[in-house]
Formats: sequence, structure tokens, C-alpha cells
Amino acid sequence: MSRLHRLLAASLPALGIGALVLATPAAAETIAIVNAHIESLGPAGDIPSGTVVLADGKILAVGAHVAVPAGARVIDAQGGVATPGLVAVGSPISVAEVGEGVEETNDDGTASDRLSAAFDVSYAVNPDSIIIPTARLGGITDVVITPEMRRSRQPRPTGMLFAGQAAVIDLGSGDLIEKTHAGMVLELGQDGAARAGGSRAAEIVLLHQIFDDVRFFEAHRADYDQGRSKPLSLGEADLEALIPVVEGKEPLIVTAHRASDITEALRLAREEKLNLILEGAEEGWRVADQIAAAHVPVLVHAFQDLPDSFEQIGATLDNAARLQAAGVELVIEQPSFYTSARTPRIDAGRAVAHGLSHQAALEAITLNPAKVFGLSDRIGSLAPGKDADLVVWSGDPLEPLSAPTHVLVKGVEQPLRDRDLDLRDRYLAIDGLKTGG
Amino acid sequence: MMKWRRAAAAMSALAVVSWTADAWPEPNPGPSSAAAAAEPPGLDPWANPDPFPSTYHPAPSPLVAIVHADVVDSLAPEIKDGTVVMERGKVVAVGPGLAAPAGAQVIDAKGRFVTPGLIDPHSHLGVYPSPAVEAMSDGNELTDPDTAQVWAEHSVWPQDPGFEHALAGGVTTLQILPGSGNLFGGRSVVLKNVWADTAQGMKFPGAPYGLKMACGENPKRVYGSKGRFPSTNMGNVAGYRAAWIRARDYLRRWDAYRAKIARGEKADPPLRDLQLDTLAGVLQGKIRIQNHCYRADEMAQMIDISHEFGFHITAFHHASESYKIAALLRREGICSVTWTEWFGFKMESFDGIEENAPMLQKAGACVTLSSDDANLIQHLNVEAALAMAAGRRAGLDISRTEAMSWISLNPAKVLGIDAQTGSLTPGKMADLVLWSADPFSVYAVPDQVYIDGNLTFDRHDPAHQPRSDFMIGQPAAPPVEVATQTTGGAL
Repeated sequence: MSRLHRLLAASLPALGIGALVLATPAAAETIAIVNAHIESLGPAGDIPSGTVVLADGKILAVGAHVAVPAGARVIDAQGGVATPGLVAVGSPISVAEVGEGVEETNDDGTASDRLSAAFDVSYAVNPDSIIIPTARLGGITDVVITPEMRRSRQPRPTGMLFAGQAAVIDLGSGDLIEKTHAGMVLELGQDGAARAGGSRAAEIVLLHQIFDDVRFFEAHRADYDQGRSKPLSLGEADLEALIPVVEGKEPLIVTAHRASDITEALRLAREEKLNLILEGAEEGWRVADQIAAAHVPVLVHAFQDLPDSFEQIGATLDNAARLQAAGVELVIEQPSFYTSARTPRIDAGRAVAHGLSHQAALEAITLNPAKVFGLSDRIGSLAPGKDADLVVWSGDPLEPLSAPTHVLVKGVEQPLRDRDLDLRDRYLAIDGLKTGG
Repeated sequence: MMKWRRAAAAMSALAVVSWTADAWPEPNPGPSSAAAAAEPPGLDPWANPDPFPSTYHPAPSPLVAIVHADVVDSLAPEIKDGTVVMERGKVVAVGPGLAAPAGAQVIDAKGRFVTPGLIDPHSHLGVYPSPAVEAMSDGNELTDPDTAQVWAEHSVWPQDPGFEHALAGGVTTLQILPGSGNLFGGRSVVLKNVWADTAQGMKFPGAPYGLKMACGENPKRVYGSKGRFPSTNMGNVAGYRAAWIRARDYLRRWDAYRAKIARGEKADPPLRDLQLDTLAGVLQGKIRIQNHCYRADEMAQMIDISHEFGFHITAFHHASESYKIAALLRREGICSVTWTEWFGFKMESFDGIEENAPMLQKAGACVTLSSDDANLIQHLNVEAALAMAAGRRAGLDISRTEAMSWISLNPAKVLGIDAQTGSLTPGKMADLVLWSADPFSVYAVPDQVYIDGNLTFDRHDPAHQPRSDFMIGQPAAPPVEVATQTTGGAL
């Protein structure tokens, strides 16, 4: 349920409004993209030259010999590559605007001493963020926004271990929310240990206590509401937010770097029967078989090869390829935010340079994130019935010399403009630079 | 989830104990009438301008010919099926279809590419090393807005594993700068990316020093947040000007002293001041200004200051808004050291655009790319490709040679070493990279890196994969290249 729908559902009865016309996206036209090298990542496979037909915001047909419907607007891909729109994972696009020194524009995390798991980043989505058009120019059509662990100036109470809940948005217009409660973010390792009182061991003990408390809270809700509960380790909102996590309905996204922290996360999930997603996992290649056996997907920063800390001594550019080879479902995250709103595709390309197959790299930024976050019925591949989130590229999407020539979100073609290009064009004129384009 | 942690390390304030004047060395109380020649050299700024000399001496290098390569130089036009010959540490011949000289070790580079060794003019490797622990976070002397007296080389940890990763990305030379928390951050050092257990063992012989200056948000945030001067941009500018006034006075005192000695008169030497030594070196044209400055208006103010006190600014670093004042930068002969993709991480980078480098190039101004980051330094070739592509989309006719110059020749100019390295010109140092594929492709990785004609990195030979002591004996450490079977552009 979208945020708008949720708000309306909550407010309509109270307001006594019987009927309300909901705003709907601009009617998506019927479009045929012809003469495209289609990397569908779906049942249609890889089509050297074919057609994709879109209608009413959905993909209607994908194939080498698909007829162009009468009245359809035709986009000639001119031999370019059509792919599903990229899904940027682990990004604060639309909830954070300018970095250091402008913290008031950043809603991607909280340092509240009363809120951790209940933090829901979806309430902060700003469809007018200037980063959205820039990200579209990187071929990104959907974003998994994960809350950031905020460093607080005042020490937070021990046990505020969760960053909060992720959301999925599309980069079209109107209500961008695709999915809320998309995952609960937790950090193990040295940073999590610091939040738990200074030891990894403390954090694991605290987490078991918290999950026990959530189950107790769920089972004794009436007593709790009447003030007849034993003391619980978190506030009501946090306990409430963790119920779908302990029920395995909402994934727990656990940042872990060191091999032993990864195996602890696997054990925690096994013992507590949680639906685990690993994040970071720089040393994942060392325990890849265990991760694969547990069927736990992994979100990686494909570029991270430095022993940045004592928990990432094993970081290597080969991590992505090795995890994938071991059978782990692999997602390549947005490398960082301000520095690369346009370039998750480049990171995927570098993973190819270090052993990942091209197809696997592309899946790691499209189909796999859709699967991992429960959206593969709607996005992630070019297949009939799915949302028409699609990019036509001038060439190989993972190459720096390629760029999107068409970006469509839910069948609506997006303008290929952003603030960068507006500044560029203003100063091309001021600098008196003659251009041929 | 990983938000420019490393960049932030270089840019943000760190709490450091305050420092007192007691830390200054006192002059040796020798005979007060002693002439300059009788003073220990450490008391005279000009007696020994190189007190921490380079101990890097390249090993004798063999005669090597790389044949059938696509040669993408930063100066000469691209050559298909080219030959590059190296001998005794130098490039000796480059040309299409040249036969390998007799006795040469021949490398068949069919389908592969040769470029100059990449040069990163803005790095904090060694001073902000991996692991990024507080105990070795030595890049920003945040105890006074003017720390021109500190030298980055005294913070460089040569065992930073970041160096070997940069080498695997084709970087053969790099400038290590102090951080940007101060108006005057201290001296930079230029290193060759060779394994050594001392900073001196990496120092680029004869490379001039740089002085890191910083405009804008960082110094005023660091000191303003402590209730200290400066807390505003106008405070920053007053701080720069006051320092240059002191530096002129210092030079004058030493000149007067030397004149007296030359006339045979008795004179006491002025008290040596390491801070003013560095500023005086700038005024004498010996030390190059490397100025962290994002905004166009701030760069224009810095240029006026340089005119007011008579020095030249070699480069503006980061320079996100250089494209707005391209003509001014061309006239002033100032290079811009910038990025392609980084923008918006603070207000002064809000207007950063992908087209900065190509717009400066076509306006006739000097431009380079740089990393400022231990990850980005590993793929400067891709950063150049992205900028070239953005320029071409803007209708700017950027050649591959020009794009290559942004990461090799132009950085060499910024560092004052372009007569020795930065292009595949016969007579220059044989610093070069043999790439597995087109260097403007994301799939390209360095197969081999040569520094002064010596094979310094070989992707297929662990014997030529330098390894930091820090990584030795660590059970979790991966082999430098674990699997790395390049699949290349499979599309």
C-alpha cells in the first residue's frame, strides 16, 4: 500500500469523506521501442534486435518479431540496448539532498533516543529532490532507500541498534512509493558493537533479548496496553515495527563485514527464524558456501577492496564474482550517494572486470534487487505484465562511454535533463564554447 | 549505505590536542656573532632545502619492447599497432610498427593498450591510510588555521595497502596532500608508487614541494566550531593575507641579514620559522600552491590575493565550479584538479557537473582529474572516460588523447614533473601501463605497470604484486588478485 493510500485509509473515515478521486499518473501512452538489442533478463532472454511494446504503464510484449500496434508511438533505439530500469539499492535518493553542513536536508536516519526500528524512511520521500533527475540519467528507475545509521552527538541508550525500515520508490512522478516496510536495517560488527555497549558479544545477546521481547509483546499485547507487562527492552513503536521481522515477513538487512560477523548473522537468523539479507559482506567470499546454503542474498559494494578496518582485511574486488559463483543471490549496491548518483552501472562493470559475468552484473542491479525486495512481479526484467520501467542505452549499459537515450518509468518517458545539464548549458553559452550538439 | 566515509575522513574535523609554543625547536645557542656558514644547517632555511632527501634509486631496468599495442598517449596521437621501447629507465622509442631492438625482451600486446602511467595529483594515501583507524589518521593538523610548517611526508605511512591497490589501477605517481581543515595545511609530497619501507624511499627525486591551502567551508567550520578564527569566508581571506604579510617580512629579514654578511658586517641570523619557510618558498617560486577551492567566486578571490602578494597559484583542487570561470583560469595559467561524478556532498560542491573537465579543456584551460579517495584512485581511467563522454554529449569534441592527458600529462604539470613523466615521450621516465583492453572501457584492467622501466606490477605474477607489511600474515587477507579472470565486454 502506498504512503498516500495508507494516509488516506487512515484519514478518510475520520474525515467522513465518502468518495475521493485519487490522483493517477499521467496516462501512459502506447509505445513501441524498435530496433533494440534487448537484454530482457526475463523469459525473452537476450534478443540481438527486437521490439518492446508498452501500454498503460505496463510491458505488453517483448520479442524479435513483435508487431508494432497501430497508433503506437515508435521509439527507434537505433541498435542501442534496452534493459530493465536499474534499481539503486542502499541509497538515500529523495530523502537526502545536500551532504555535510546541510544536515537539515537529510532525513535518511535518526539519532532519536526514542526511536530505532520504528523509523520509517518512506515518510521523508521528496519527489522534488534534485537527485532524482540525475539518477535517472544514470538509468536508475527504482530505488531501495535504506535508512542510514546516524551518528548521534549524544550517546543513545544502549540497544538502539536498528536504523529503521527501508522503502522502495520509483523515479517517476506523483506518489513515488512502491513499497514500505521493505526491510529492517541492523548493523553488526564494530559499529554495531559500539551501539551495544562496546562489544560484538553484547550486541548478539541484546538482539536475542529484543527478539524475545518482541514475541512477548506480540503475545501479551492486551496486558502491555493495560500496563501489566514486564519491562521490555524497546519502546512500543519499535516493538511493533519488529513484529513482521520476527515473523519472517519483513527481511532483516544486516550489515556485516568480517567473516565471523557474517556467520554470526547467519546463526542469529537461523536461531530466530529471520528472513536475512546480508549487506556489505566484504569477507563474504570466505564463507560464500555457508551464505549460499542458507539462501541468504547479499548486497555488496563491488568496489570495496581496501582493508578499511580490521573487519575488512579480506576485502577484494573479486568478492562479487566469488559470491555469485558460489550460488549466492547477488545485489550490487549504489556505490555511494553524492559521489555517484549516476554510476551504479559502473560498479557493476568493474565487477565484470573482476570476474563476474556481464549478465550476472546486470542482474545484480536489476532483477536481483527486485527479487530480494519482493518486487519481481513488477520490476527487474522486461517481461509482459511488468511495470514499463525501462532504459534504452546508446551502448553497453555498463560502459562509461554509454548513456541512456530514453528512460521510461511506468511507461512514461522521462525528460533526460537535470540540474547538471541546466548549469552546463548556461555556462557553455557564458564561456562561449561552440558545440556541435 | 556507505556514504563517502573515506572522503569525509579527509574533509572533516577531528579532535586533536592543542599544541603549544613549547613544541618549537629553540635555536642552538651558539656564538651569537657566528656567520651563517658557521650555523648548523638546520637553522638556515636555505642551507639545506632538502633535509629529507629521496632515497629512491630505480633498479637498473632491462631493454623491453612492447609490440603490436594500441598506444594511447597524453601528447602524441594514438597509434594502432604501435611499439614502445624502454631502456635504462627511460622511454627510448614509440612508433607504429617499429621492430623490437635486438636483445630486447619482447611483449606482444596485440589487442591490448599502452598508456602513460597514471598520475593522481590529489591523494591522501599514507596520511589517511587503510585501515582507517584513529591511531593513524595523520592527514589534518587541526590545531591552528595556519600549519604551513607541517610536511605531509612526515605523516606518510609507507605500508598503506592503498598504494598497492592504486598501483593495480595503473597509478605510478601521486601527490600526497595534507587535509583541508586549515587555511594553510602544510607541504605536500610527490611519491613514486614504488614499494618502500620509508617515505623517503618513495619520494619522486627532485619533485618540487606543494603548499596545501584551503578555501571555504572546511577551515571556517573547523575553527568556527571551536569558537576560533576564522569562522567565515571573510575570516578565511583575512587569514591568508595576514600570513603572506608575515612571509614577505620574513624574506626581507633574511635578505637583510645576508646582505650584511656579504658586506662583512656582523649580524645575528633571524630565527628560523618553519611555517614561514614554506610560505617564503612560495614567494620565491620554489613551492607550488595547491589550493583546495570549490567555488568560482572564491577562486577569483584567491587569484586577487596571489596578485596582491606576488605569487602564482599552480592549481585549484576539487574546483567544482571552474567551468564558470574557465577564461579567467586560462589567462592566469591555473590548472583545475577536479572530479567527474562527485557533487552535492556539501554546499560548495552543489554546482559540480560532469562536464567540468571537458568544458575547461575546450576553453583552453589546464585541467586534471584526481581521486582524493583510496577507491577512486583505482579507476581514474573510468573517471576520464565518463568525463570525455559527458563532454561529447555536450557537443564538445574531446579526443582520447586529451582525456588521457587529464590523468597523466596535466597532473604531471601540476606537480612540476612533466619534463620527466606524464607522457610516452622518448627521454622521459618509462612509467607506463599495459592495459588488458581499451583504457576508456570499464572492463580494462592493468596487466602490467612499469615504473622507471621496471615491471612493478603484473596481474598474472604474484612476484610482481607488491604487498604491504600490514597484509602479511593476516589469515583473512586475499591474494592481491584472487580470481580475476577478466570476462571483458561480454555484450
